[in-house]
Amino acid sequence: MNIYKFELSNLKKSILIWGLSIPGFLLFYMAFFPAMAASNGAFNDIMSNMDDRFLRAFGIIPELPIGEILGYFNLTMGMVLLPLAIQASNYGFSILSVEERELTADFLLSKPISRTKIIVSKFLAALTSLLIIDILLAASTIIAINAFKGDEVVELRNVIILLLSVPLFQLTFMSIGMVISVSIKKVSSVLNFSMGLGFGMFIISSLGGVISSGYLFYLTPFKHFDTAYVLINGSWNWSLLAISVSVMVLSLVASYFLYLKRNIASL
Amino acid sequence: MNVIEFNNLTKYYGKIKGCKNINFNVKEGEIFGFIGPNGAGKSTTIRSMLSLIYPTSGSVTIFGKDAIKYGPEVRKDIGYLPSEIFYYDKMKVIDLLNYSASFYDKDCSQRIKELSEIMELDLHRRIEDLSYGNKKKVGIVQGLLHSPKLLILDEPTSGLDPLMQQKFFNLILEENKKGATVLFSSHILSEVQQLCNRVAIIKDGEILSIQDIKSMKNDNYKRFTFRGKSLANGKFDIEGVTELKEREDKVTFLFKGDVNKIVKILSGLKLTDITIEEPTLEEIFMHYYE
Repeated sequence: MNIYKFELSNLKKSILIWGLSIPGFLLFYMAFFPAMAASNGAFNDIMSNMDDRFLRAFGIIPELPIGEILGYFNLTMGMVLLPLAIQASNYGFSILSVEERELTADFLLSKPISRTKIIVSKFLAALTSLLIIDILLAASTIIAINAFKGDEVVELRNVIILLLSVPLFQLTFMSIGMVISVSIKKVSSVLNFSMGLGFGMFIISSLGGVISSGYLFYLTPFKHFDTAYVLINGSWNWSLLAISVSVMVLSLVASYFLYLKRNIASL
Repeated sequence: MNVIEFNNLTKYYGKIKGCKNINFNVKEGEIFGFIGPNGAGKSTTIRSMLSLIYPTSGSVTIFGKDAIKYGPEVRKDIGYLPSEIFYYDKMKVIDLLNYSASFYDKDCSQRIKELSEIMELDLHRRIEDLSYGNKKKVGIVQGLLHSPKLLILDEPTSGLDPLMQQKFFNLILEENKKGATVLFSSHILSEVQQLCNRVAIIKDGEILSIQDIKSMKNDNYKRFTFRGKSLANGKFDIEGVTELKEREDKVTFLFKGDVNKIVKILSGLKLTDITIEEPTLEEIFMHYYE
């Protein structure tokens, strides 16, 4: 329990920053919807002139016209997923590597505790932080949709199903970060690694949209948790989701055993 | 009873040898010195006692239990001071010490106060603002606050001024009197000489010798220094003489054997001064280091 508390208090600043910026970004972006809805006709004309594949790359699809609030929300959420992925990767790369990088491992690991306890405590502390962000995000989503929908009648059910998938999405990125961090000798810069993983996956996802490649969709959690699919069908895309979940479970199990067996480097 | 038992402990980092076939025991209540030049494998040996690294083969037993298998249990009674001190920089000293204490099932607040008073440590400063020596003090308090039965000190004195060093030695001796066993690693021989009962010498990852400090010094080595005129004539190059340095006006060497032989040579010489000293451990150890 003491490690959990300690880790969580170390994450305070990070929770504050992500907790303000991600929901803030969503609220800010959604606030433009009323203005756009007002000029809906003109906007739709521009859109219809554009190549369908180009639009898909940006998450704009005919079933969810961005003149309607859910369509606009889909577009917004597609962008919000990127910082969510970066935050989660950031925790993943850092929680198990920070002691070694900052050379505090000799302090922590020489205490009368097992490595199992350390990894579980650290994991739970990071998970707690992610959930706090996800709850704040969910709250601001509901607020934004209600505040900006205008006269539209909106069924929130699909939105809630989408929001429920966010923790799982983040957990996938975090576990990939964790397994990479314990597989390599040293994570020299957490930021580089987490930006790389987050942006890399995002770009693969966009690229998959442009060239309409189903194969690329298998690669990236951004597609496994495709926001449009949930908003249209009201359910998760189970077959793609299964890939992410399997990767996550495998990564967590592998991280656990690799961390247990790891030789902790020192100066 | 043996508090620490090494059984052929070997650690390779890939192909690089960390330490090989380490075999020695540390008895209860002993202050055991662990001496070797930098990079000899001292830290590797020590860190495998704490399961920070896992041995390639062999094992360590502490308090009669395997140090890896029963790691958490064994570490309850170990106080460890790493050679390089790093702590969570943003924390205050007192918060770090309290965090450290929270891992042990006892109230350590009184002991923290006592120790930090002895070591003149300011508890309310941030760790990042501390000098190297002061960080070392944090490490010392952190290693002792739970009154461990076994103290593992990896080059503990670097960064401490001589006054603090003395205070620290007194602290160690006090803990030792209370029954704590101490493993003291160092590359500075005089401090080992001052504190330890026995000493293991490590070089290139292997234990060269385990010696009783007293018997070692009584090994009849003497350091001779003669001053006089025209001394550089090779007369002292006899069996038992090592480290012979001859100048016209001064000769020094280490000698082990029948001193009468030296006296005989001396009778034919014109000297102005003679010194015969106990050699320092350093000088004795030089043989191993070469």
